[in-house]
Amino acid sequence: MNNEYIFIVLAIGIGLLAIVMAIIAILNKKLSIAVIAAGVVSLFASILFLLMAAPDVAMTEAAIGSGLSTLIFFYVLNKINKYND
Amino acid sequence: MIKNSLIALVLASFVFMFFHLYMSYEPKTELSGIAAHYAEKGAAEVGAANLVTAVVVTYRGFDTIGEVTILFLTASIISFFLKLSKEDEDKVIVHRGTSELLITASQILIPIIFLFGAYVFMNGHLTPGGGFQGGAIIASGVVLSILANPNREINHNVIIWVESISGVLFVILGILGIFLAGGFLDNRFISLGEFGDLFSAGAIPIIYSLIGLKVGAEISNILDKYQKSQKES
Repeated sequence: MNNEYIFIVLAIGIGLLAIVMAIIAILNKKLSIAVIAAGVVSLFASILFLLMAAPDVAMTEAAIGSGLSTLIFFYVLNKINKYND
Repeated sequence: MIKNSLIALVLASFVFMFFHLYMSYEPKTELSGIAAHYAEKGAAEVGAANLVTAVVVTYRGFDTIGEVTILFLTASIISFFLKLSKEDEDKVIVHRGTSELLITASQILIPIIFLFGAYVFMNGHLTPGGGFQGGAIIASGVVLSILANPNREINHNVIIWVESISGVLFVILGILGIFLAGGFLDNRFISLGEFGDLFSAGAIPIIYSLIGLKVGAEISNILDKYQKSQKES
């Protein structure tokens, strides 16, 4: 019972952090910070998936959501900055 | 004004619909229909300790072929749109220089990341993860090597051959299932072996390793194209 309580508190805390990061990703004026915040949202989501006993989904989310897609965003951002200069 | 009130009306009807769905939702206490069949008979029929893999590769193997095809199409379309012109091809990427830390760490970490990716897809039938996850992990190793040395040339022949051969073998193994076992992508034409061993579950480890190699090659190709596109100035 006590264990379950800790689990729920942990899940809610990580969920709230993910929501805060998502709001930062939307509202921040600096694009690089927004991209990193979006990657952190994926990282928290993957921890949540792990807590909910879905390790398969968690691995995919961590590798693709917070790893590869963040990097691709940075490549595109770099390209846009080059054109704007 | 009319437009706004229409939007509000649509939103209100959505709220009504979802509220109704939410109120009538009752969590199920036991598995129903086909889920119960997978959970009860999956281990005996397929021989995979990881039930998710049994469903993804065998029961719903046709969907997996579709997913792999979609990823292939994505990689092809990205390659098509990010094609460089002849004069851009010879340029080098101008960058601020990579730190000593990144270069040293990449030399130690890249072999370990590749090994872990191979471990994940070879043990897909025993532990969580599988072809798609292992392929993505291998691609993240490629990312690290590109980050450490932005002007690194990735050998395209290797990517093309690994990708094509594993794709063709995946379909051939599926067709072998029609002739030697129950149907398309049936894994039982190789003996199921002892439950929980590395060489068990028939063709599942082979098929998932092929998917892992294919996914890794495709995502590496996408990343390489993005990297090359930084050459244009």
